[in-house]
Amino acid sequence: MTKIPVHLDINGRHHELQIEPRVTLLDALRERLGLTGTKKGCDHGQCGACTVHIDGERVLACLTLAAQAEGRAITTIEGLAREGELHPVQAAFLERDAFQCGYCTPGQIMSAVACIREGHAGSDEEIREYMAGNLCRCGAYPHIVAAVRQAAQEFAS
Amino acid sequence: MNKHATSNLKAEKIVGGVATDQRHDSAHKHVSGTAVYIDDMPEPAGTLHGCLGLSAAAHATITRMDLSAVRAASGVVDVLTAKDVPGENDISPTGRHDEPVLADGKVEFFGQPIFCVIAETREQARRATRLAKVEYKELPFVTDIGGLDPRKDKLVTPPLTLKRGDAAAAIKAAPRRLKGKMRVGGQEHFYLEGHIAMAVPGEDQDVTIYSSTQHPSEVQHMVSHALGIPSNAITVEIRRMGGGFGGKETQGNQFAALAAIAAKKHHRAVKIRPDRDDDMIATGKRHDFLVDYEVGFDDEGNILGVDFMFAARCGFSSDLSGPVTDRALFHCDNTYFWPAVHAQSAPLYTNTVSNTAFRGFGGPQGMVGAERVIDEVAFAVGKDPLEIRKKNFYGTSDRNITPYHQTVEDNIIQRIVTELEESACYARRRREISAFNANSRFVKRGLALTPVKFGISFTATHYNQAGALVHVYTDGSVHLNHGGTEMGQGLYLKVAQVVAEEFQIDLDQVKITATTTGKVPNTSATAASSGSDLNGMAAQNGARQIKDRLTDFAAEKYQVPRDQVLFLPNRVRIGNQEIAFADLVKQAYMARIQLSAAGFYKTPKIHWNRDKGEGRPFYYFAYGASCSEVSVDTLTGEYVVERTDILHETGRSLNRAIDLGQIEGGFIQGMGWLTTEELWWDDKGRLRTHAPSTYKIPLASDRPKIFNVTLADWPEASEPTIHRSKAVGEPPFPLGMSVLHALSDAVASVADHRICPRLDAPATPERVLMAIERLKGEAKA
Ligand code: FES
Ligand code: FES
Repeated sequence: MTKIPVHLDINGRHHELQIEPRVTLLDALRERLGLTGTKKGCDHGQCGACTVHIDGERVLACLTLAAQAEGRAITTIEGLAREGELHPVQAAFLERDAFQCGYCTPGQIMSAVACIREGHAGSDEEIREYMAGNLCRCGAYPHIVAAVRQAAQEFAS
Repeated sequence: MNKHATSNLKAEKIVGGVATDQRHDSAHKHVSGTAVYIDDMPEPAGTLHGCLGLSAAAHATITRMDLSAVRAASGVVDVLTAKDVPGENDISPTGRHDEPVLADGKVEFFGQPIFCVIAETREQARRATRLAKVEYKELPFVTDIGGLDPRKDKLVTPPLTLKRGDAAAAIKAAPRRLKGKMRVGGQEHFYLEGHIAMAVPGEDQDVTIYSSTQHPSEVQHMVSHALGIPSNAITVEIRRMGGGFGGKETQGNQFAALAAIAAKKHHRAVKIRPDRDDDMIATGKRHDFLVDYEVGFDDEGNILGVDFMFAARCGFSSDLSGPVTDRALFHCDNTYFWPAVHAQSAPLYTNTVSNTAFRGFGGPQGMVGAERVIDEVAFAVGKDPLEIRKKNFYGTSDRNITPYHQTVEDNIIQRIVTELEESACYARRRREISAFNANSRFVKRGLALTPVKFGISFTATHYNQAGALVHVYTDGSVHLNHGGTEMGQGLYLKVAQVVAEEFQIDLDQVKITATTTGKVPNTSATAASSGSDLNGMAAQNGARQIKDRLTDFAAEKYQVPRDQVLFLPNRVRIGNQEIAFADLVKQAYMARIQLSAAGFYKTPKIHWNRDKGEGRPFYYFAYGASCSEVSVDTLTGEYVVERTDILHETGRSLNRAIDLGQIEGGFIQGMGWLTTEELWWDDKGRLRTHAPSTYKIPLASDRPKIFNVTLADWPEASEPTIHRSKAVGEPPFPLGMSVLHALSDAVASVADHRICPRLDAPATPERVLMAIERLKGEAKA
């Protein structure tokens, strides 16, 4: 299949790729760019492990074609920290032990950042509802919800 | 920079010893996305990718297999079939020779791997797989065990019988008796990281395999058989898994063997990572069971005799079905003393994927059977099930012999349940719920408190051994390796805490390293909750050997008695002087003292005679209890878990933060098993629930609205386990039973608690609704 040039703007850095048009953003990140922090859980848009931000909004990278993200600002888990300082949501996940195996964690964190930004972290109930797209088979939900709540409060104050 | 320059030489306590709450060792990497799982490792140049071709018949002979289009497809390098397996085409973990790497001429379940495409890219391999033309001559098949006779039909492995006393006579002589049947569903592991193996060929016969496995030694042996080369040429390594839960105890063998075969054949690295659907179709799950029970009891609800038949859907091969169904029997008592008992297993052959280990390993299924019996008796005598539970608990000095003739020596269930009853305000809420239900037409509430007793040890006694490798470097830093694998349960951290404690050095001086068969050989699976118990002890033993040598050395060099050499935090007191640990190590090295040791441990006391059904298979028991409240919409069957309270013990915990996570996670997983997670095969024998869209694991929104989890702080292990802690991997899983029983309680309210709802698992909303309708009908009749 013919390859097309795609320009991706990821975590503030510009990348140029020659890829088949049907390559997903997830495969482009993981397999072409070595950005393996974004995980592949199902590849069908059903688990949330691949959550990244495009122009600040959460999307599932396994359902997004790399070409669709052309020219837009992509943020992955690797791009959240600022000058070596963890993002407050990352810090809250760390403090609250909000993981076990850690495989869902990057996706949870990316969702949580967006969830707070969207204004959907007002109560535990709301957090649970708006984080329901991110599966955690280890069942770390109580700690995940606590971490999101803590980070949301820090943002509010 | 010298590491020891940063250690605090005046500290009163080391940082990160045992019984302190340490953060998971990979925590920082997890939140920053830098923790490396196998699929994240850089691929060697020229890495090839494999994709499995799966059968499209449940039971058939293959009459024609035309793979020419597959071979001709773009990027395809090879297509492996059974004849490409150079050694033995078998990955049966128990040596029963009933599970081929690739099916050879005959398939026994829908989705069985029959060939494996090796291509330049994963996408090319996947696309080429679909071009295969396979023709089948279908044979009769059976997927469900409902129509099978557990006493006559084909088994995959010999059954077990446990008996104590004369159950039949006791039941017959009992003032009251009843019988029933219960269905307990299976469960997909849904580890978030699917199976994966990457094989990298080396010189001569060598091959290194990175495998997402809980059992590297077994992968090594399986690859050795499949390749027909000795184990010493094969190295299996795993740093971390993205969840295992038992699903990676044996099920990784196939991917590892195929990757290794292709890697050796083509002299290139080969990676196989099945799609989620293929993973769910082609790998085994928790066994579902049909439990037949008969119980004799008196009017007070004292149980006098019980008879069980535990029939399991095992799939087409034995895999671990023998020990899994054994463990179901070992837990058919849960926390109850059966004065006379007869229990039998039937590991039935079916044309489905071969079922395997899953957290609890059959134990939870056994306990669910026990709890059903309790429920039946409670309804029969018209009492609260909790009262019947307490009445039938094991005693401490009498009424303490299990169906397998082991004495329960460490029973603390009475206290656990009493404390939970109080902290969860059981009695008050029971009254409130009755009042609520009386006034609420459609929404009904239910409440239940269920206990857990879980036996710790592998029931195959020889697995209860472990090894560790400890190196102390001349700068005083320590390198730790052991046979246990990390799947999120915090095992690496706990064992490192043990080693830090032993040497009295800060935790950050202990480097945790990936599990590899090259460092510690002949290991057991990280399973049966045994990880910290076994590996912690082995690592402690290794550290002690080095410490002993250091002590001897210091005593001699400084001319003090041995007992005047004391390991204090980050330093050693020798007579009247203190020197840094690292300095003593340096001096010992200069004096040519060996600073490396292989540690070893084997669990004492245990033994088991399967033929007689007698012995002491378990070193000790772990206990807990949970209390759940649900509300059910009786018009739709939909429900919400309003509140759950848990009291669980882990002895003197090595790390409470980690243990709490295990308890919460175990409960949630157990709740999922008994409520929403349903596996479904169609009339072609095809698994239709093979993606998260159709298979419902718990979401954040499913956890109980109020969730109080407490670690009992008073128990300690009665046996000299590692720092008197207890295992925590599996015991919390059956805590999910309280949700099933709370649902049952809510359902029962529609018939005034006069009829036992006999709610089967998983209690999906549909099944809850059916139970409600049935009870309403029966109540009218
Ligand atoms: S991998 Fe994208 S949602 Fe699961
Ligand atoms: S931490 Fe394992 S899946 Fe969430």
